[in-house]
Amino acid sequence: MSIMELNGGSVIAMVGKDCVAIASDLRLGNQALGISANFQKIFPVTDRIYLGLPGLATDVTTLRERFRFRVNMYTIKEEREIEPETFARLVSSTLYEHRFGPYFIEPVMAGLSKTPSGGYKPFIAAADLIGCLNFAKDFVVAGTASSKLYGVAEGLWEPDLEPEDLFETISQTLLNAVDRDAYSGWGCVVHVITKDKVVTRTLKGRMD
Amino acid sequence: MASVYSPPGFNFSNEIRNNFLLEKGLPLPKATSTGTTIVGCLFKDGIVLGADTRATEGPIVADKNCEKIHYITENIRCCGAGTAADTEFTTALISSNMELHALSTGRKPRVVTAMTMLKQMLYRYQGHVGAALVLGGVDATGPHLFTIHPHGSTDKLPYVTMGSGSLAAMAVFESGWRADMSRDEALNLVKAAISAGIFNDLGSGSNVDACIITATHTELLRNVEMPNQRVEKERKYAFRRGTTAWKNQTVRDLIVKEELTTVGAGPGEAMDTT
Repeated sequence: MSIMELNGGSVIAMVGKDCVAIASDLRLGNQALGISANFQKIFPVTDRIYLGLPGLATDVTTLRERFRFRVNMYTIKEEREIEPETFARLVSSTLYEHRFGPYFIEPVMAGLSKTPSGGYKPFIAAADLIGCLNFAKDFVVAGTASSKLYGVAEGLWEPDLEPEDLFETISQTLLNAVDRDAYSGWGCVVHVITKDKVVTRTLKGRMD
Repeated sequence: MASVYSPPGFNFSNEIRNNFLLEKGLPLPKATSTGTTIVGCLFKDGIVLGADTRATEGPIVADKNCEKIHYITENIRCCGAGTAADTEFTTALISSNMELHALSTGRKPRVVTAMTMLKQMLYRYQGHVGAALVLGGVDATGPHLFTIHPHGSTDKLPYVTMGSGSLAAMAVFESGWRADMSRDEALNLVKAAISAGIFNDLGSGSNVDACIITATHTELLRNVEMPNQRVEKERKYAFRRGTTAWKNQTVRDLIVKEELTTVGAGPGEAMDTT
């Protein structure tokens, strides 16, 4: 029994064609006992950056506020919105600061970064609990169902999916992986981020 | 968050809580580690460094193509094995300090300087910063190659290997290394050593990265060898649109719409500017 399994929960992010998607389950538990079926683990950072925080629930709440504070400080000092790459470094160094007494969180980030030509480029990243970044070009996973998510995502993901197709792929990946994990589930939420809108959908999933 | 100021260095505020959880029998989760094969080898005009590109989390492959050759200065590079976050942040910290050192002395930085900074930092943390490094570079005093262990001990050798694949890689070096090799011979030997790690050690895998450092030029060869490329899927596995049942949807529009409403004087009635 690890600390990560105390409250349960999983997050996944995927890259599509000019879009990204990030999804999580909605369970909060106390070991095997389910407490809530509406525990959000994904938070908007800016209009085009979303952050998923699976792990110990107390740290989800603490880090969410901590990142909100640090992003606000950045915005005030720099007088511009933070870019996803920069935000990933901010997350990484915040976690590494607690190298010897870590927060039990494995963050997943998804967003669109501005290109010099004025367009938007998909960006996803994940970090371990002490802030080692993983910039993947396909998908990143974290949480109690991570081993199952790796397997399903590896089989289902393909390059250049349109937003609607990416929604189906990420939803089915999460739904099926989470059904094989006792600590994750109780409903799912999916965010699909495109250049001009963010679509958030709550999925119909197994409630056991 | 009591104050806006946060002091430099590590923060131990979670220590008490985490020790309490540890006492209740909840073990610490695993951090990403680089199982790793990293090597370095001396040749006629410089140093060749090599690394595999696999990062693991216990038995799971966390990253199939990560970068393990870190930048220290233009003429010094460092390969990292061990706890991935530690190798990443120690090399970044020493890289910054080397830049400041070069600026304050006005000289091209030396490899021994980086080596001393790294070993002093690792010794200070008594092995708790789990970074095992291969440091190589060329400076005013010639080419240098070091290994630095997590507790701070160092070796200076003509060919070195580190990480879980070090035995496989060293076997290749022991049978193939000669003094005064050419650039191509050295690169091929490094490729063979890393490949030995990739194929024989479970902690190492995917591709070969290499870096050739000479007195005048540094060349990073990212993914010089890609012996484990995945073949393209023969079928499409995309779901038909509408497969997933969803309960509700919210759309956040990011396009800013502006509507101009003229207040006061109506249209056609221009301001009196006489």
